[in-house]
Amino acid sequence: MRIPCPYCGERGNAEYAYLGDAGVSRPQTPLGAALEGATLDAWMNYVYLRDNPAGAHRELWYHASGCRAWLIVTRNVSTHEILNVEAANGAIRDGRVGAL
Amino acid sequence: MVDAASNKPARAAAEFAPVRQTAAAPSAASPYRLATGGIVDRSAPLLFSFDGRNYGGLRGDTLASALLANGVRLVGRSFKYHRPRGILAAGSEEPNALVELREGARREPNTRATVAELYEGLAAVSQNRWPSLWFDCMAVNSLFSPIIGAGFYYKTFMWPASFWEKLYEPMIRRAAGLGRAAGMPDPDTYEKAFAHCDVLVIGSGPAGLMAALAAGRAGARVILCDEDFEFGGRLLAECRDIDGRPCAQWAGSLLAELASLPEVRMLKRTTVFGAYDHGVYAAIERVADHLATPSPHMPRQRVWNIVAKRTVLAAGAIERPLVFGNNDRPGVMLGGAVRAYLNRFAVKPGTRAVVFANNDDAVATLLDLAAAGISVQACVDPRGADAGVVRAAAQRIGTRFVNGAVVRARGGHRLRAVDVSAVAEPWHKLTFPCDLLAMSGGWSPSVHLSSHLGGRPQWSDALAAFVPGPLPRGMSVAGAAAGEFGLAACLAGGAKAGAEAAGDCGFAAKPVAMPGIGPEPIGIAALWRVRAKRGKAFVDFQNDVTVSDIELAEREGFRAVEHLKRYTTLGMATDQGKTANVNGLAIMAELTEKTIPATGATRFRPPYTPVAIGALAGHHRRKDFKPTRLTPGHAWAQEQGAVFMETGLWLRAQYFPQPGDNSWLDACNREVTATRNAVGVCDVSTLGKIDLQGTDAGLFLDRLYANAMSSLPVGRARYGLMLREDGFVLDDGTVSRLAEDHFFVTTTTANAARVMQHMDFCHQVLWPDLDVQFVSVSDQWAQYSLAGPKAREVLQKLVDGQHDISNTAFPYMAAGEVTVGGGVPARLFRISFSGELAYEISVPARFGDAVIRAVVAAGAPLGIRPYGLEALSVMRIEKGHVGGAEINGQTTARDLGLERMVSSKKDFIGRVMAGRPALLAPDRPAFVGFKSVGDGAIGAGAHFLPVGAEPSARNDEGHVTSVAYSPTLGHLVGLGLLKGGSKRLGEKMRAYDPLRGRDTLIEVCSPVFYDPEGARLRA
Repeated sequence: MRIPCPYCGERGNAEYAYLGDAGVSRPQTPLGAALEGATLDAWMNYVYLRDNPAGAHRELWYHASGCRAWLIVTRNVSTHEILNVEAANGAIRDGRVGAL
Repeated sequence: MVDAASNKPARAAAEFAPVRQTAAAPSAASPYRLATGGIVDRSAPLLFSFDGRNYGGLRGDTLASALLANGVRLVGRSFKYHRPRGILAAGSEEPNALVELREGARREPNTRATVAELYEGLAAVSQNRWPSLWFDCMAVNSLFSPIIGAGFYYKTFMWPASFWEKLYEPMIRRAAGLGRAAGMPDPDTYEKAFAHCDVLVIGSGPAGLMAALAAGRAGARVILCDEDFEFGGRLLAECRDIDGRPCAQWAGSLLAELASLPEVRMLKRTTVFGAYDHGVYAAIERVADHLATPSPHMPRQRVWNIVAKRTVLAAGAIERPLVFGNNDRPGVMLGGAVRAYLNRFAVKPGTRAVVFANNDDAVATLLDLAAAGISVQACVDPRGADAGVVRAAAQRIGTRFVNGAVVRARGGHRLRAVDVSAVAEPWHKLTFPCDLLAMSGGWSPSVHLSSHLGGRPQWSDALAAFVPGPLPRGMSVAGAAAGEFGLAACLAGGAKAGAEAAGDCGFAAKPVAMPGIGPEPIGIAALWRVRAKRGKAFVDFQNDVTVSDIELAEREGFRAVEHLKRYTTLGMATDQGKTANVNGLAIMAELTEKTIPATGATRFRPPYTPVAIGALAGHHRRKDFKPTRLTPGHAWAQEQGAVFMETGLWLRAQYFPQPGDNSWLDACNREVTATRNAVGVCDVSTLGKIDLQGTDAGLFLDRLYANAMSSLPVGRARYGLMLREDGFVLDDGTVSRLAEDHFFVTTTTANAARVMQHMDFCHQVLWPDLDVQFVSVSDQWAQYSLAGPKAREVLQKLVDGQHDISNTAFPYMAAGEVTVGGGVPARLFRISFSGELAYEISVPARFGDAVIRAVVAAGAPLGIRPYGLEALSVMRIEKGHVGGAEINGQTTARDLGLERMVSSKKDFIGRVMAGRPALLAPDRPAFVGFKSVGDGAIGAGAHFLPVGAEPSARNDEGHVTSVAYSPTLGHLVGLGLLKGGSKRLGEKMRAYDPLRGRDTLIEVCSPVFYDPEGARLRA
């Protein structure tokens, strides 16, 4: 696969490390809150559970052997077509995608 | 001149005697070599050997064509039945003619003689026969063929199970294996290369050449690859005129123009073997396979990774055999291969021929055979009225045309005759004596690369073949590979595909004139098997799969195409069924009374042809498998005679042996004792080092580490523990604050890259608003640990006078910037892993060598000793520090006795999930120390068992993580993870190690064996 890095241009997938679904959010839990019910579900979901959809999927890739940027890559996992790539920090800071 | 047929009986006997080399160099003038024509170089004779006999060939020959030129027909034995086999094809699809090429360490099994380019001194031997090719004892397998059909292994070698590994498998391997591997290290080198282009053209036949020319003339960057050692594809093998010139000549002028175009790169001997996503293609270039040995510094093969914006697949087509009795006899050959041997190699593959085809391809074969002076005994065609052009061609050369089918080939080691059943008189067998049968079952487009990404080929009834289905993005298919049979269609299709591909890359097409070509018939009527057969009718020659095997698979329910493949082995092994798949599938379709599309097709996967593992590995062998990282003090350590060990990519000093040492333990004990009593120095440059700056750096570290970092005063260091989000420990290290907005952190050597990636994630994905920047400085700083009661004394000689490093001014856990040796910038950290008064001093890498030498010189009067990883490890176990064996990804801060470090006043990675009830369970294995009570040995990995308990998983209470002999205390000290942990101090347990046959009594104790009050650190 070839992934176009917004900073480095199109590079082979061997330069990247894959993390997974970019659509999960790190729960906000106050100090001292009990780890049960909805809180526990939210954390189990964040740490362990991932959807495995066919088709377009927003996922996190790390340009490990390049510029070290974390990227949000929208990829059709059935065809490997890359639909969109953007730097994660910019997209999150601008509110274009939810904070993880 | 040796004629394999004429001296057959003598040879069979002679093979048992020592091999007699033919002394005189054989001449190239052979009754089987045509006097004119072809593209072999008659002025360049080459000597080669096959099965120990010398033969002569010509430059431009393949091993197969050279053997045929010498009249050698029998070249191998089949996989299972050890049937005599000859040469079927003239290209990479060859299933039969597999030989062991070269000798000694370069011996390579299963080389297809049809693609092995002849060179001076080539040595090949036949395989899968004993004691000789002519007299093969295992041919007796043929007699047992009724019981060793498809599924034989699965049904027979079932009981008892323990016999499989010891007896059955080795026995089957010996009986049925193909060639032998060299069994020695490969002396050659292989390399990888990367290339980018606008248009990749795969195949240089008529379609490929026109595609490359059209794209090249338009100005596109073109790469043209061909697996052959000459460009031209079928243009070299056919006797056709293009623009009034022989087609090979016409190809030559095209190639000259392509070579003159600066943006066109031509790679011959290069097989594109895999298609991958986004226009990535893998190719293998056989750089030196045509040489006896590669020249110095020349790789044997090169794997190309080609990134192409557009690709034109012009891989041509592969001819199918016809399926009739004994269709594997040496001398039964594909019609297109017969023409290739005649027209390209100027070799007569026989003297008396019969042509058997179900399609109009027979016309060219008939005419070329006649032109070469080979008498054609008969032309057999199952088609009636549709075979008009073939009938006419047969008449033209005075050959009898029979509307019917060959039912059986006769002969053993070489074809002697064929039995023909005519449609008009099926009860009356006609027998035609011949030593060559040119057969054609039609052509299958080479769709392989078009389907590597999952696109299923589609069946065409008109062509009786699969044509490419949905294509990978950026690929187009041209010529015979697209089902465009016929020369004119190939040329036009190629030119169109090339121009379009260049156009897609932004290059305006320049006109490419279409040459004048005569018409050409391409009619076909499918004939998948000859029913009135006698003798074995082979579908897959390489795997000895017959029609009966497919019938058996059908009867036993293995009808799905993937089941058929696995049950019968149809389409497996080195040729991957290139000549067999379609026939096998069509026969199954007939048996199940389904259509071919409904029966399906097995998927093609890379590689197209076999690729050596060595070529894929390239330079990544042995020491070069991974890069090796050396610390700035490496040369110094080498001079001290250090024994090095690999830790990740790094080489680190393990210990420093001295004359008289009995083992590494003597050196290790000496280094520990010197450090504990005087002073030692250890190179710790391999630690991960990260420099963080920014107003939010403290806050960022608070969120990364389980303990607080923003509260760390400037000029102080703190031990830090990092968790994963699931609550388990990720890594540990130290954090030092050099200024309000400037931190320096270390990670373990092993986790440096992982922690860096984690920090990048936390910063860029979780908290992009924090004002913090950081960079890895692992390579920029050399770092040494000075440990021992005299460490300060040594350091005071090095640190420049204006810096006060007394215990008051620079106490335990102080950190700061100093200069050494008269102005060299350095960072000093009073941190200790050994439990002694200790410092880590960090200097820019370029001073690393000078500084370690200066440290040792300054410490010499005080008895300084360098120490390695062994001593470091012993001292950390004595001191009860956790290391990699305890931070194993399954332990929490609480398990490691570090729960007091975990802050409850701030959020951090892993905070919430570390509070899961199961991770707080009181019986989780937790960190303890232990001493041996008996005198038995104990190793890491031993299990803790209650005394007297039966060894079982149920009674398992934990395990030993680290153990060492303590020269300081004079006994074994160990660390482990034990259920209940520190609540069990004083208990006696067993350290049970069935792997090493050990069972030792131990006593659980505190993990801190040495200086539990920590007085020495603060001295």
